[in-house]
Order: sequence, then C-alpha cells, then structure tokens
Amino acid sequence: MNSPGQDFIQHLINGISLGSIYALIALGYTMVYGILQLINFAHSDVYMVGAFAAYFAAKLLGLNNSPGIATLAILLIASMVACSVLGLAIERFAYRPLRKAPKLNILITAIGVSLLLQFSCQIFFGADPKVFPNVIEDGVLTEVFGVPLKMNDVSVLAVTLVAMLSLHFLIYHTKLGRAMRAVSQNRTVASLMGVNPDRIISFTFIVGSSLAGIGSVLVGMKYPKIDPLMGLMIGMKAFVAAVLGGIGNIMGAVLGGLLMGLSEQMVVGYLSSTYRDALAFGILIVILIFKPSGLLGKGGVEKV
Amino acid sequence: MLKALKNPFLALLAMLAFGAIVNVAFNSFIQLMLVIILINMILAMSLNLVNGYTGQFSLGHAGFMAVGAYASAYLSTQMPLLPQPFEIFSFLLYALVGGCLAAAAGFVVGLPSLRLKGDYLAIVTLGFGEIIRVVLQSTPAVGGARGMFGIPGPSEPKFIAGYIHASIWVIITFFVIWRVVKSTHGRAFLSVREDEIAAEAMGINTTKAKVRAFVLSSFFAGIAGSIFAHFTNYLNPSSFSFARSVDSVIMVVLGGMGSMSGAILAAIFITVMPEALRPLQELTGVDLRMVIYALSLILLMILRPKGLFGNKEITDYVRKKSS
Repeated sequence: MNSPGQDFIQHLINGISLGSIYALIALGYTMVYGILQLINFAHSDVYMVGAFAAYFAAKLLGLNNSPGIATLAILLIASMVACSVLGLAIERFAYRPLRKAPKLNILITAIGVSLLLQFSCQIFFGADPKVFPNVIEDGVLTEVFGVPLKMNDVSVLAVTLVAMLSLHFLIYHTKLGRAMRAVSQNRTVASLMGVNPDRIISFTFIVGSSLAGIGSVLVGMKYPKIDPLMGLMIGMKAFVAAVLGGIGNIMGAVLGGLLMGLSEQMVVGYLSSTYRDALAFGILIVILIFKPSGLLGKGGVEKV
Repeated sequence: MLKALKNPFLALLAMLAFGAIVNVAFNSFIQLMLVIILINMILAMSLNLVNGYTGQFSLGHAGFMAVGAYASAYLSTQMPLLPQPFEIFSFLLYALVGGCLAAAAGFVVGLPSLRLKGDYLAIVTLGFGEIIRVVLQSTPAVGGARGMFGIPGPSEPKFIAGYIHASIWVIITFFVIWRVVKSTHGRAFLSVREDEIAAEAMGINTTKAKVRAFVLSSFFAGIAGSIFAHFTNYLNPSSFSFARSVDSVIMVVLGGMGSMSGAILAAIFITVMPEALRPLQELTGVDLRMVIYALSLILLMILRPKGLFGNKEITDYVRKKSS
C-alpha cells in the first residue's frame, strides 16, 4: 500500500493536472470579464462544443484509435477552431447588439445563449454521453517518490504550459496584446488612440474560446465521457477559480485554477467526494465576503 | 374588475369563482397547470421585489423555495393534520412555517452577500442556492438524492383544495408586495434601485433596505415551495436546481423589472408556452421547445430589453384609454 506521503503526492499531481484545466477555462472567463465586465455564462458551453468538435474531428479523420502527439495536435486545432468561430459568432450576434444595454440584460442574454447551446446540442448530438477518443497512450512515464506519473497528466501539464506561455507572450509582448490591455482599462480612451474596440473584443472572444477548446480536449483525455451538459459544473468551477484569483486578472485566473484543482482533490482524497461540488461554492462565498476583489485583484473605488 | 385589484376579498372571490369554473369545465391536466401557474406567480412576484423593485440581481431563488418546501413537507410528516373541514388551516400553517424558515435563510444569505453588487451578487446567490441543494441532497432525514415521498397534501377534491390554498397565498403575496412597494420601505427599495449612492445620501440605510427586500422575497419563495410540496406530494433536490432560479428570473425580466402585472402575465406565459409548443414537437419529431425558449429569451433581450411592461402596470394602459 501507499504511504501517507505517497498518497499526498498522488493527490498533488491530480490536483495540479485538474487545476491547470480549470485555469485554462478560467482564463476565458477572466479575459471576457476584463474587457466587457460581463460574466460570459456561455463560455462553459463553448467548451462543451469544443469537446464535441474534437470528437467528430477524430471520427471523420479516423483517429479514434491512433493515440499519439500528432492526434493530440490535430484534435487541439480542430477544437480551437470550432470554439473560436462559435465564440466570435456569440459575440457578434448576441453581445454586440447589447453593448450599451444595462448589464443585467447582457447577463440574461448570456444565460440565454448558454441554454440555447445546451439544448441545441442535445438535439444534434443526443443527450447520451459519448466516449472521447483515446488521444495519448496512457502509460506510466516515470515514478516520483514511488508515485506513478501518468502520461495523461504530463501531457495536460505540457499543453497547458505552452498555451499559457503563448498567451503571456500575446498579451504582454505584441501590439495586439497591448491593444487588449488598453481596451480593458478604458474603452473610450483606447478608441481615441486608434484602437478599434469592437475588433479587440472579438479577438478576446477568439482567444478565450480557443483556450476553452484546449481545455475541452484535455478534459476529454482525462475523463473520456462527453455529453451536452458537461460544461455546467466545470464551467462553474472555472468561474469560481477566476473570481478566486481576482476576476479580470490573467495571473489570478491561473493561480485560482490551480488552487481550486488542488483543494478539490484534497477534499476528495481526505474528506468525502459528496462535497466536491459544494466546496467550489463555499470557497466562492468566503472569498467574496472577505475579499471580493479576489486574491490578486485590485479593489475598485466607486465613483459618483 | 379594477375594484378587485384594490380589495383582497373581492380578488379571492373572483379567483375562487374562476377555479369553480375550471373545476367543472376542464380536465385534470389543465387544472394541474393552473396550480403550477399560481405557484410560479408567487415566485415571480417575490423575485420581482428583489430583482425588479430593489434592483439587486439574485440567482438563488430556487434555494429559498427548496428551504420552504422541505421545511413544510418535513413538518407535515411529523404533525397530524387537522380534521377535514379545517384541513386547509394546517396547510396554511405549514406554509407559514416554511416561509419563515426560508426568510431566515434569506436573512443569513442576504446579510453578508448584499454588500456585493451586480454580477458578484448574482454569483453568490447562485452559489448559496446550489449549496442549499447539495446539503438537501446529502441529508438522509429528508430522503437525500432519492427525494421525499408521501408528503400529505390537500385531500379530495384534490384540485379545488390545492387551488384554494394556492389562491389564498397568491392574493396575500400580491397585496403584501403591492402595499410594501407603495410604503416608505418600498420607496427606499426603489431609490436603491435608481441610484444607490444618492439613496444613501438621502439617509437610507441601503444595506438594510436590501436585506429587507431579500428576506420578504425569500419568505414568499418559501411559501411557493410549500404549496409545491403539498400539491405534488413528492420533493426531489433536483427540482430546485439553477434552472428553476433562471426560470424565475426570466419571468421577472420578461414581464418587466418592477411590474407586478408583468410578473403575473410572464408567469402564465412561461408556464404555458412549453405545453403550448407540444404539438410542434409532434410535428417535427424533435423537442425544439427549449431551443425556442432560449432563442426567444435572447431576442427579447435584444429587441425589447425592458420586458413587456417595463416598470408600468397593465392598469396604467387601461386608465389611459378610459380617460
């Protein structure tokens, strides 16, 4: 049997792997919130559509049973493209007409889009779960202190790391990224400086949605069952992760995601799995009551 | 007609007369729908107090409904009913207890979370709603995830007894909220909605006003839950999910934030529409109802963002014509 220390390392590995997936999806929430101050409820369903896109891509290309790095790359690209197109369409047709409407209306529209995606996917794909293709041969790569380090977890971490580094480069070292940061600080002034806010907002949706697409393939690898309602719970948790880290803050989303994943695995490992879903909301409530701006967020001063 | 809107007893009489007609003229499916409509009306009116009049966005209404439903159902299995002609009083009492517990839950939830604004409040109330559901799901005393069976309900004739019970509460809800909104407290709610900082400058304790609205709204949500529990005789935590909270919010928004008649009409519309679309499902072979529902919600927000009535009442239109 495993020693308590080995158990702990096992939970740690699982937690980081789950947490990095949460972080990827949380990034989508936090980026859209940062730029539009909108909780994009439809984000979790964009993620779900991404999983289905990868599933059908694998089916069409006959990659169902050929695990490998190439398969992973192809599925990632398929899912990212599908998610970007969907995110772009949602922004263009549902959110843009409401740019000047009260916040509540946009929020309800977001819920409407989310319901629309869920129900139409139930009609198109059927409500029964589908088995996600085998993407990576899930062997034991190496052992850390006697704990097996699985191929799946390693590839999840590697993909997440690459995605996050590219995101960091995009936001802090390109012109486009600078424009995104400018629009999120002050849309009017950014537009005076020659930035087209609508284009930047569309671009933000593309980036956020393709991150959700990456997340969906990684989740499909870890838990190979996909169904039209799979986005609900993971979307909620990713959102909590974004709030935990300070919504609108990129680093905060990553930190929040990792913390969420770790604490969830620890609760499942040492307490009971009944409370794994309540935990997310418990964390959320505690953080919002004591530090509503999140761990890394800056407190805003309300002006008249 | 307009007189009935001012006198609760006339209104109750009118509703009972309507119920008597439905009792003889329509089948049990329509009767069931009617009671569900009444329950949804209470939900919509009570949520309107928070979302519409006070301008605070709550997404956890189903949680309070669940508290009321479970409390009242549990009580009724522990306590004997009064004998037949007075039976209705036991149900009124259960509902009252359920409502009070829901109000207490509303106070506990509202006090810390109403300091937050807008989206954050929505998320916290959503979180509380889900936590209430998870707790109920893992409490064996009320059946856990299997649900709670054999809840006593109004006995034969089932429809008319349940209808009377629901009507009484609809009337109470309507008049209490109507009078509250016209009172000093109600003015405070409205001023918080219009401009919180200005309201505070005028000497209104905004947090207190918000908590008051929230507690009252939770009370009536609990009542709605209690009526639901005793009418369906069965409770399951999954019937108080996020989807039901969203339903209530949609009723408020569709009717117009801060319009009582809007909330009532929207409750009727939202309850009837899925059933009215059933023939379409037979025609096309796929269940398009929820897709249409979601699509119409998005279109409504884009094309008519203030809801059907905005913050006007249906009587405003009637009066304009007659004068």
